[in-house]
Amino acid sequence: MTGSGQTTAGAAPAPAIELRGISKAFGPVQANRDISISVMPGTIHGIIGENGAGKSTLMSILYGFYKADKGEIFIQGRRTLIPDSQAAIAAGIGMVFQHFKLVENFSVLENIVLGAEDGALLKGSLAKARSDLLHLAQEYELKIDPDALIEKLSVGHQQRVEILKALYRQAEILILDEPTGVLTPSEADQLFRILDRLRDEGKTIIIITHKLREIIDYTDTVSVMRQGEMTATVKTADTSPEHLAELMVGRKVLLRVDKVPAKPGDTVLEIDNLKVIDEKGVERVKGISLDIRAGEILGLAGVAGNGQSELLDVLGGIRSGTGSIRVNGTSLPLSGARCSGQHRRAQGIAHVPEDRQREGLIMNFAAWENAVFGYHHDPNYQSGLFMDQTALRDTSEGHIDRFDIRPPIANLAAGRFSGGNQQKIVLAREIERNPDLLLVGQPTRGVDIGAIEFIHQQIVRLRDQGKAILLVSVELEEILSLSDRVAVMFDGQIMGTRITADTDEKELGLMMAGMKAKAA
Amino acid sequence: MDFLTLIQVLDSGVRLATPLIFACFAGLYSERAGVVDIGLEGKMLMAAFLSAAVAFMTGSVLIGLLAGVAGSLMLALLHGVASITFRGNQLIAGVAINFLAAGITVLMAQAWFQQGGRTPALVGDARFEPITLPLAETLQDIPFLGPIYHELISGHSLLVYIAFAIVPLSWWVLFRTRFGLRLRAVGENPAAVDTAGISVIRLRYSAVLICGILCGLGGVYMATALQAGFVKDMTAGRGFIALAALIFAKWRPWQAMATCLLFGLLQSVALRYQSIELGGITIPVQLMEALPYILTIIILAGLIGRAVPPLASGEPYTKEN
Repeated sequence: MTGSGQTTAGAAPAPAIELRGISKAFGPVQANRDISISVMPGTIHGIIGENGAGKSTLMSILYGFYKADKGEIFIQGRRTLIPDSQAAIAAGIGMVFQHFKLVENFSVLENIVLGAEDGALLKGSLAKARSDLLHLAQEYELKIDPDALIEKLSVGHQQRVEILKALYRQAEILILDEPTGVLTPSEADQLFRILDRLRDEGKTIIIITHKLREIIDYTDTVSVMRQGEMTATVKTADTSPEHLAELMVGRKVLLRVDKVPAKPGDTVLEIDNLKVIDEKGVERVKGISLDIRAGEILGLAGVAGNGQSELLDVLGGIRSGTGSIRVNGTSLPLSGARCSGQHRRAQGIAHVPEDRQREGLIMNFAAWENAVFGYHHDPNYQSGLFMDQTALRDTSEGHIDRFDIRPPIANLAAGRFSGGNQQKIVLAREIERNPDLLLVGQPTRGVDIGAIEFIHQQIVRLRDQGKAILLVSVELEEILSLSDRVAVMFDGQIMGTRITADTDEKELGLMMAGMKAKAA
Repeated sequence: MDFLTLIQVLDSGVRLATPLIFACFAGLYSERAGVVDIGLEGKMLMAAFLSAAVAFMTGSVLIGLLAGVAGSLMLALLHGVASITFRGNQLIAGVAINFLAAGITVLMAQAWFQQGGRTPALVGDARFEPITLPLAETLQDIPFLGPIYHELISGHSLLVYIAFAIVPLSWWVLFRTRFGLRLRAVGENPAAVDTAGISVIRLRYSAVLICGILCGLGGVYMATALQAGFVKDMTAGRGFIALAALIFAKWRPWQAMATCLLFGLLQSVALRYQSIELGGITIPVQLMEALPYILTIIILAGLIGRAVPPLASGEPYTKEN
């Protein structure tokens, strides 16, 4: 698979990996256009860009998933063809995907040998892997129980298994795609310590991320991608978050949310001793009490899967629970027929669900149909036996106009819009009904920076109109920049509540990891 | 019931369990690799017909066996093309194979032999004969153990012994070899296999073809050992009972064999007795026949632990990041 042994000129060491003029099109869409980068060995290189900028395509080409239409790849100075993943592995490339590629009910050891066995029988392979693993654990401080089942490991440890998998296959170049998306801040710090260590041992590391802070804090060099092109490659020390954001979006972006101090009014939402038991009989919310006042944003921070989703679902009426919830003094039913999204909306509670594609929209329905779901019983939309098409379309056109939804085509199926514009469709629907309480989950997940700025502005605008907002997000930066108060959830409980101005990422990070907060 | 009758019922249970074991292990390989196969029935039927027809025409059961297995393999390949290459719905592909086999076997039997959709009776070398194990005759007079050896263990056809040999062999292949590790992995998370640089498609085809061979042996056994020729719909739902056994055994080899033996025994009892008196209550034979399905529903309802199928079973694999 290695072709002619052409080496790059000069006395300097060859780049660990060099791409020259990589292009890849899917039909009419040019996913990668003439991309060239070179990464020196023993460095951490960041690739940053918005969703759809072509980062994933580029990585898939490097890992042999797609074949580039044009361009060349050089590994350690040698021109290398990567027709499949086997070739990528042989070339010393290890990939840690955003969604781990592990077999859940296999042991760590089995996952590590899978595909890199030493013979037709497992016994020898497993024994060799066991001793190699011990060796790697010492060398890179990557300790892990080789016999543990993957499904019993924390997300951080699962990621460690992925890294070990790559190292076991003697990877010299490690590529990590959005590696911190599912980690707590302390797990993320641990990861970067490991990566630092790997770099010091001479490995080359490429991190793909949309988080500016990680780029600034941990990389040596950074490349920015926009619309399939590599717009810049700079030394990290010579740049700033603002500069990178501008390179990513192509215009100046406001990274901090511009907002005046909150003027909290009367209590809108009171939650008392709320408990939720899920389908498997596991108690996911363990007796939570919270309140939110008019004109404030309460941010609910926490690593995914600690009960935030269930809490949001119960508030939104799409799951049942026990305890009490009052909105503007009126008690809400927590189970039975009157606990439904429809009834909640009638009570002035709007809900932007966490998973917009499954719960917020019907993907193959048009934008104008999606613009009224949940409010479709409104008499204004009825015309005798039928729905009033003109009224529906007018509503949708209004949303498109005021929320700058692009492309501005009400007839287009929701699934055809980009992530950011899908979110705008949902947000417009919920905000424009002028709710007293807005529940919003992961408002900017999978949304590009430009749209994030807009969505944040809309949420703050609603607050300034004196509405109460519950913001659930796994992005700590988002919580910190938007909310007036922050509550941290861990294992179904609230670990503590803080005024945003009086806390920081470090304190919240500890609370997110289950450390009980000191009495405030 | 005296001792000898008990032995005879058990002996018949073993014979009836044999096609179930073949089909159940066929399903085990396929589903462990992530390909759901409800076409076991159709493949067995095809093999039953082709083996009987070819054995009759050539007078050689071994050539019949090869023809039967080849027929089953063709259908397995069809299932593979539909559900692996073209990523079709595996259930629908399986149903189609069942219909195809049910129709084509009778059609061809009628066209070739004009005996109302059956093949002529097989005699002599066109059929698998019972094998008498060494010393079975000599030892049969030993009390208790003698009859067990002579009646229950000895005197089955070659395919019965092959079926029972497949059990430990499959366990070893699945849990002790590289191929088994990869096969189980591809049924749980094909993306893990793909990113490890192994072909998901090739692995799944291997599993589906092994499934075809085993189904084929099951069908051949039905037509050339258990019976002496092919009759319309002679598999009589055994492919589905085998699937039920697979679920009941939670996709594990030893448990699968035990379940097949249990279901075979139920069939044997149902065949021998029209109704059973149990403490003054008459149990109708239909209940015995329905019992495998009832037990499976109980398992599926989660009353005896949970039956979790391989995570990726039924899902065609498409690359994504």
